[in-house]
Amino acid sequence: MKEILSGNEAIARGAFEAGVKVASAYPGTPSTEILENIVNYKEIDSSWAPNEKVALEVAIGASFGGGRAIACMKHVGVNVAADPLFTLSYTGVGGGLVLVVADDPEMHSSQDEQDSRNYARFAKVPMLEPADSQECKDFTRLAFELSEQFDTPVMLRSCTRISHGKSIVALGEPVTGLPTPKLVKNPAKLVMLPGNARVRHPLVEERTVKLGEYGSSAPINRIEMRDTSIGVITAGVSYHYVREVLPQASVLKLGMVYPLPMELIWEFAAKVKTLYVVEELDPFIEEQVKAAGIAVTGKEIISRCGELTPGRLRKAFGIPGAAQATVEKLPGRPPNMCPGCPHRGVFFSLNQLKAYVTGDIGCYTLGFMPPLNAMDTCVCMGASISNASGIVRVLSDDEKKKVVAVIGDSTFLHTGVNSLMEMAYNRAPATVVILDNRITAMTGRQDNPASGWTLMDDQTTGVDLVQLCTALGIRNVRVVDPLDLAQTRAVLQEEMNRPEPSVIITNRPCVLVKRDGVFQKGLVLSVDQDHCTGCKACLKLGCPAIEWQPAPDGKKGKAFIDPQLCNGCDVCRQLCKFDAIGRVQ
Amino acid sequence: MSDAITNILLVGVGGQGILLASEILSEAFMLAGFDVKKSEIHGMSQRGGSVVSHVRYGREVHSPIVPEGEGDILFGFEILETYRSLPLLRKGGTVVANDLRISPPAVLLGQEPYPEDLPEKIRAQFPDFLLMDGQKLAADAGNIRAANTVLLGAVSKRLDIADECWQKALEKMVPSKALDVNLKAFQLGRSL
Ligand SMILES: Cc1ncc(C[n+]2csc(CCOP(=O)(O)OP(=O)(O)O)c2C)c(N)n1
Ligand code: SF4
Ligand code: SF4
Repeated sequence: MKEILSGNEAIARGAFEAGVKVASAYPGTPSTEILENIVNYKEIDSSWAPNEKVALEVAIGASFGGGRAIACMKHVGVNVAADPLFTLSYTGVGGGLVLVVADDPEMHSSQDEQDSRNYARFAKVPMLEPADSQECKDFTRLAFELSEQFDTPVMLRSCTRISHGKSIVALGEPVTGLPTPKLVKNPAKLVMLPGNARVRHPLVEERTVKLGEYGSSAPINRIEMRDTSIGVITAGVSYHYVREVLPQASVLKLGMVYPLPMELIWEFAAKVKTLYVVEELDPFIEEQVKAAGIAVTGKEIISRCGELTPGRLRKAFGIPGAAQATVEKLPGRPPNMCPGCPHRGVFFSLNQLKAYVTGDIGCYTLGFMPPLNAMDTCVCMGASISNASGIVRVLSDDEKKKVVAVIGDSTFLHTGVNSLMEMAYNRAPATVVILDNRITAMTGRQDNPASGWTLMDDQTTGVDLVQLCTALGIRNVRVVDPLDLAQTRAVLQEEMNRPEPSVIITNRPCVLVKRDGVFQKGLVLSVDQDHCTGCKACLKLGCPAIEWQPAPDGKKGKAFIDPQLCNGCDVCRQLCKFDAIGRVQ
Repeated sequence: MSDAITNILLVGVGGQGILLASEILSEAFMLAGFDVKKSEIHGMSQRGGSVVSHVRYGREVHSPIVPEGEGDILFGFEILETYRSLPLLRKGGTVVANDLRISPPAVLLGQEPYPEDLPEKIRAQFPDFLLMDGQKLAADAGNIRAANTVLLGAVSKRLDIADECWQKALEKMVPSKALDVNLKAFQLGRSL
């Protein structure tokens, strides 16, 4: 059977065919749909974890119990999961364990473009890199076999173009005959005290050597001989760009990018006249090839920044591209918060109060964009609160009052809890706003521990954010309706002035939450064209449903609300001093 | 089968249903026996940003993205995005676009005008240009929400893929209660 699958769908299929028992992940573009597809295979226990470290540790537990387990995350998620990963490399596995990481070269939706291959080398674990959806499925299966054969976690690296690209996949049958999970005590292998770890480390080094030898004869690394004047070592999606742009070149296509099959590389290098490495981001393969004393060209012609495209590869090899039409500079179309988004009024108020906003990652990061312009920092998930806690320590009492951290519910539960614990513990007098929209919206509406539902659609006990903040030691915890501008602004002002740590929690859901009864659309509004004076006050919200309509013949324009787009949040009405905005009858 | 690859670009605004249209295309190409690759960026597409989806088919397709300046067909869901994407198209390429304007943020805020005369500018560079009122045609077919399918029908006419492959692709990808309207909308577009 053949189907067109995205790389993420194919990885999910591979996990199913490999007999995976447990799948855990924290969402993150471009990895999110892996778990969202795995959950369709009812045989697999699939769940969202509050963060990537926990996701990997859940998978480790399942593996220690003898079941095959998979954890999935985006590249920066591995930073969070790095602690267990490095020690897991020493303990090895019970049931096969695969960590899928999806990189985002070009930063289509990420804050950096770190190259995860470095983690494989750093943690001394093998890494496979598929080049299309068929390989996503096949390599996922293979990764589980290698994991058990070599007693190691295996990383599978995807990237945006692989995860979100689709191509044809021939499906396979699920494996049978896997051992039934059960408890087996082996503390010398699994308790990583120094004495035990010292025994394990040499085994890890030996394993890497053996994996390199395996790679030199494994079919996933293959030499394709064509014209011998140019030889290219490449892997992943870059392989297909090479085939597109240099169809005559000989290619060593690597399916395993760590450890490298050095014998095979020597063999290939000897067969071709000029050797190149074509890889996105870091010179990961190139540096190892050069360290082996093989002359090779790589980053001299291919950028370390951004993703590769056929056009960029052509340019690197001096091949002229097709002639292109030109267009003048046009108004851009950046993303914007949805009409009626509960975050909008909070940022509008923060802007009005001239707050210094330490931000975080989520839909609300769009509060940075004009016309709201209300975010001043954004480092990584959870950092808003700890950044605020740090910054107030160096400011005058007057400036301290301006500092407000904003963080979403999912991000708060991801790593913000630790930060708030620190802030409460050390009594840093900043204000924290938890934007509780009841969902992990940015990555496409995933449930989280506060939403009250699991990935498998079971109802569960949601985290009570008020009680949690109180238990962490915050004495001033307030809940506000972010669609009530006067209330939001007044509470913000009071808490900003308070020389103590405080938390404000907003209580309106994301407009895209599908679950019954969570989001309720309000009455659609319209602008009474006779009363609108063209003062533009409502435009300061940046709601996509409100459009400025310039008047012909130099007269003042007026605002207009698109009734198809308006979600009736009522916030713009509160800004109109002329009562021009009203409910549609 | 020749080695030629056909490159299609679907462009528009997040939330317009571009991903579904590109899946229907891909499915039809697979059913017709071709190798297919498709690529797009989903990240924040739901929040109203520009979206470009690449679909390629032929005997064997390597790169999942269309090489710059080699698009054969530009399938535009919105007119500014269609114009913006012209550099992706090869000389002499085809443009099929919906005559629809969606204002980007700077236009909503009254800071910049929506660019004028875009259809004329497109036609000046790409004479093979079909501009259609998708919403009106879809209303004729029975549901204004089937505008994308009318456009898809018009695109299909420019591709050498058997009728039954389109039929099967639509049956697979469109929810059954909307199928009839969509089949009708598709045939309407195909007849233009
Ligand atoms: C370590 C890490 N993991 C995952 C992500 C991807 N990511 C960005 S924001 C976000 C969650 C946003 O949810 P929430 O905080 O509830 O805000 P919302 O989007 O709902 O407004 C996720 C999962 C990331 N940037 N970094
Ligand atoms: S998806 Fe939800 S949280 Fe994100 S911008 Fe839209 S309404 Fe706001
Ligand atoms: S009520 Fe006003 S601000 Fe809210 S969605 Fe409608 S137009 Fe936008």
